[in-house]
Amino acid sequence: MKLQTLAMAMAAALATAAVSRAALAAADQIVIGDIDDMSGVYADVLGAGGVEAINMAIADFGGTVLGKKIVTLSADHQNKPDIGASKFRQWADEAGLDLLLGGSNTGVNIAMAKVAAVKKVPLFVIGAGGASLTNEDCTPYTVHYVYDTTALANGTATAIVNAGGKSWFYLTADYAFGTQLQNAASKVVEAHGGKNVGAVRVPLGAADFSSFLLQAQASGAQVLGLANAGTDFSNSLKAANEFGITRTMKPAALLAFLTDIHSLGLKTAQGLYLTTGWYWDLNPDTRAYAKRYFAKMNRQPTMDQAGIYSATTTYLKAVKAVGSTDSDKVMAELKRMKINDMFASGGYLRADGVMIHDMYVMQVKSPQESKYPWDYYKMVKKMNGEEAFGPVTGLCPLASK
Amino acid sequence: MRSTGLFYALTALFALCAPMLGLYPVFMMQLLCFAMFACAYNLLLGFGRMLSFGHAAFFGSAAYATSWLVTAHAWGPAAAILGGVVVSGALGLAIGAIAIRRHGIYFAMITLALAQLAYFVCLEAPFTGGENGLQGVPRGSLLGVLPLRSDLAMYYLVLAAFLAVFVFIRRVVHSPFGQVLKAIRDNESRAISLGYDISRYKLVAFVLSATLAGLAGSLKALVLGFVTLSDVQQSTSGEVILMTLLGGTGTFFGPIVGAALVVTLQQYLSDIVGGWVTAIIGAVFVACVLSFRRGIVGELAALRLRH
Repeated sequence: MKLQTLAMAMAAALATAAVSRAALAAADQIVIGDIDDMSGVYADVLGAGGVEAINMAIADFGGTVLGKKIVTLSADHQNKPDIGASKFRQWADEAGLDLLLGGSNTGVNIAMAKVAAVKKVPLFVIGAGGASLTNEDCTPYTVHYVYDTTALANGTATAIVNAGGKSWFYLTADYAFGTQLQNAASKVVEAHGGKNVGAVRVPLGAADFSSFLLQAQASGAQVLGLANAGTDFSNSLKAANEFGITRTMKPAALLAFLTDIHSLGLKTAQGLYLTTGWYWDLNPDTRAYAKRYFAKMNRQPTMDQAGIYSATTTYLKAVKAVGSTDSDKVMAELKRMKINDMFASGGYLRADGVMIHDMYVMQVKSPQESKYPWDYYKMVKKMNGEEAFGPVTGLCPLASK
Repeated sequence: MRSTGLFYALTALFALCAPMLGLYPVFMMQLLCFAMFACAYNLLLGFGRMLSFGHAAFFGSAAYATSWLVTAHAWGPAAAILGGVVVSGALGLAIGAIAIRRHGIYFAMITLALAQLAYFVCLEAPFTGGENGLQGVPRGSLLGVLPLRSDLAMYYLVLAAFLAVFVFIRRVVHSPFGQVLKAIRDNESRAISLGYDISRYKLVAFVLSATLAGLAGSLKALVLGFVTLSDVQQSTSGEVILMTLLGGTGTFFGPIVGAALVVTLQQYLSDIVGGWVTAIIGAVFVACVLSFRRGIVGELAALRLRH
């Protein structure tokens, strides 16, 4: 008899929960979701700072659009594609999600792009770099907003090969992002007359880099290409320093964020070339945003944390312009409009989903050159968008060569 | 006995009506897949007392096989599920044949080691997509007739499969084979002295359990449309043990309750506490082992017997 009562109670409880949740989804509001690595190797690069930036963007927009309140959801994908994709699907089915901002990790974003195509919800990829997102894995609803592996390779690898670093060995994060970054860099190196000596694949979030670094050292290459990111990047560079590898090989940061340089310190990081889509100390507009962000988070924003602010604003502008949240209409407007704000000037969305905007090749300052806190980069070169992101490859059916 | 029948009928009715009650079908399907996985595991642990630490290998290999057959060879869902089940059954035969030669902790370690091998195959093989897994697996239409794209159609397919597995496991346990299996569980030497070829019984139980776990994996891959390394990971093997123990080993309904509890906790707590879910579930497990060792359903059943 007890079992029956239990079953009844269970059914009643579940039914109540279901009804209350259905009511939530029906409310008249614009829902923006953010699925990112909130606790792992990429948490510093975007993470909680990204959520703050989204909220800043919404507050600056007035908190409403088309007379509807804008609300946000956020989740930690823990760098697992299955968690990211099922969360996205659930929000699209249940919470009436209008826009998803995809955080770091290319693997997770590829999985989420598949969901975006099925559920017809725009996905703005912010933190992930893999260029396949707008090539083999492109969808009509994907926007690649901040940077991609092509732009990183075009910036950093070109600068280093031209400066004399002709033979390369890669330390590659063993998933979609790392391999794509390594491939892109290899092509650039070869195109400029350099050669690729070898590569070693390292698991994401590895704790010990010693055996991989010894392989790199044994290769005899001039340049150690670090095709990884976040704490993987800073840990591998630190380890390379401790092993004395940086005395014989020149490290190349194929993707480094401001927070990585900050945690490494200028003494370790000085002289590194890197490519970034944005830097806080570029001009008065970027400094103004950085100052407001700093007041909230007590650190300067990375390019991702500026990009996610800009992406949120751009989406809301497009919604306002078309007077609807219909995904197809909004995407059409996005591909028509120009993006001008503190993040990009004259940026535009190409048919395959890449947001074409200027990228900057930077070199990390030495401790003597740095005049004030967070004064870390000096500009080597400004690449215009077409140069940085390269021509349409033809791999995405949405854009022809 | 009457109230048990009534309880089953009520639960089945609830499962049939779940989508109408506004419960999210994808979540319910995930829950059913894990419940099926736990039931399959329970056949081995609860009725054969074989503690496998590598059941994710069967769950995941079938999920990979099904996804690969659907994406790379455009097989229909029924054929692909069958393919996945055959793969997990074959893997079960291979791993089982080695593992059943030992008992207790050695058995567990052998299954763990071989399952880790399966994990590395899934990580490194060219057709499994490495760290990304296989994405965008279409559900297709069942036997070319019933399109499964809608969550509702898929839900009833999963529910039907689950009920079939549940009835099948009951049938197996109550069959002469199941009786011998239980005899081996309770006193192995005695079963040998009675003339039973116990390794054969154990192997059949192992393969059955692996096959049914594979069915759950195949269905999950189709439900969610992707398969990733999480499905073959050692932590998934741990989760299924947890589900079975929490609900109650050796009971028919226990694994379902355990799976429901763990999946619900993971789904809804991860929004609130993020990575702490694992710690919370661990604490629940410790509490369960310390205070009610028979598991939730096991304790309830014992309570009823006392009255």
